[in-house]
Amino acid sequence: MTGFAALYIVLLAAITGYGIIARAPDGLHTPLVSAAGFVNAMVLAGAMAVLGDASTTVERIIGFAGVFAATYSAVGGYVVTDRLLELFKASGGRN
Amino acid sequence: MDFRTFLVGLCYFLAAVLVLVGLRRMSARRTARGGIAWAGWGMVVATLVTFFRPGMAATNLALVGAAMATGGALALLWARKAAATSLPGMIALHGGLGAGAAGAIGAARLLAGSEPGLGPTFLAALGGLVGSVACAGSLVAFARMNGWIKGPLRFKARNQAGAAVLLLAVIVGLMLPGDYPGHTAMVVVFFVLALAGGVVFTVPVSGSSMPVVIAFYSVLTGGAVAVQGFVLGNDAMVIAGTVAAAGAALLTSRIAEPLGRSVASAVFGTHDDSTAGEDRAATR
Repeated sequence: MTGFAALYIVLLAAITGYGIIARAPDGLHTPLVSAAGFVNAMVLAGAMAVLGDASTTVERIIGFAGVFAATYSAVGGYVVTDRLLELFKASGGRN
Repeated sequence: MDFRTFLVGLCYFLAAVLVLVGLRRMSARRTARGGIAWAGWGMVVATLVTFFRPGMAATNLALVGAAMATGGALALLWARKAAATSLPGMIALHGGLGAGAAGAIGAARLLAGSEPGLGPTFLAALGGLVGSVACAGSLVAFARMNGWIKGPLRFKARNQAGAAVLLLAVIVGLMLPGDYPGHTAMVVVFFVLALAGGVVFTVPVSGSSMPVVIAFYSVLTGGAVAVQGFVLGNDAMVIAGTVAAAGAALLTSRIAEPLGRSVASAVFGTHDDSTAGEDRAATR
């Protein structure tokens, strides 16, 4: 993706993200902040690529830290979102 | 494009679709409970296919596996046994670590000096700056929510001080392109300033404003992830980061509204817990 096409795609993705959240009831706000954090954990793919391509020790150390942090974010984000959604369901899905 | 590159790209597309469907399901009352599983499968697809992307050096695969195993195991242990009341704070921890990963990508690319031109160097630095601010800010928020740091810590001209630190970071960032003696030290100074900026902006935040600020840092993290997606040519990161940033932006204002304060007053630590806004939040 390069140039203006990339800019248009970012615009459309932003509208999509906004539209997806727009109709959510109040009770889902906290689980959805957690879910947004989980979606951000897609950064793991990038961190893996950086560590995978690393050729120096410094790159490997930083890449390792990046993959560690991103995996922690993904797994932790999944578990916490799952637990918050369970609490939402247990509350009868009100609000 | 060879067949392998095509297949990897197709799998990233599938991953993005699964994550979007999952997020859509999570935001509707009836389908919310199962939505995370859809997004989770998207993440599994994206992770697995990355092992097969062209360019992954076989010698580094063990390191990738070790980092994922330790990070995943620790996260699983702590997130599962955490008390339900501490879950909102855990959101900040996980968000902050995701932001840190975006910062680390920037650091690795800048230190390697592998960027072919001014544009990618600028983007790697931008993603690194925003990711580092969100990382430090989220981790401070997490520590505050756990009571490890008492707050709010307020001092005169704190926002001016924060702005000055970030401005310095930007100036150092503009000097990053190129290969010259002391370049490594400049990269280090750049990231230290960015992290310091995140800390300075988060310590004055009032306790009741934390949920707003945590959602706000998700916006920054999403932006950093999208930018690093452009740097690395990973379209799934661009889509995931942008969608999450836009969604989190809406959530930030939706969370601030019933608390009776503006997003700016929450983020810049000008809201005081002893004022009427706090009482309204408490009686809600």
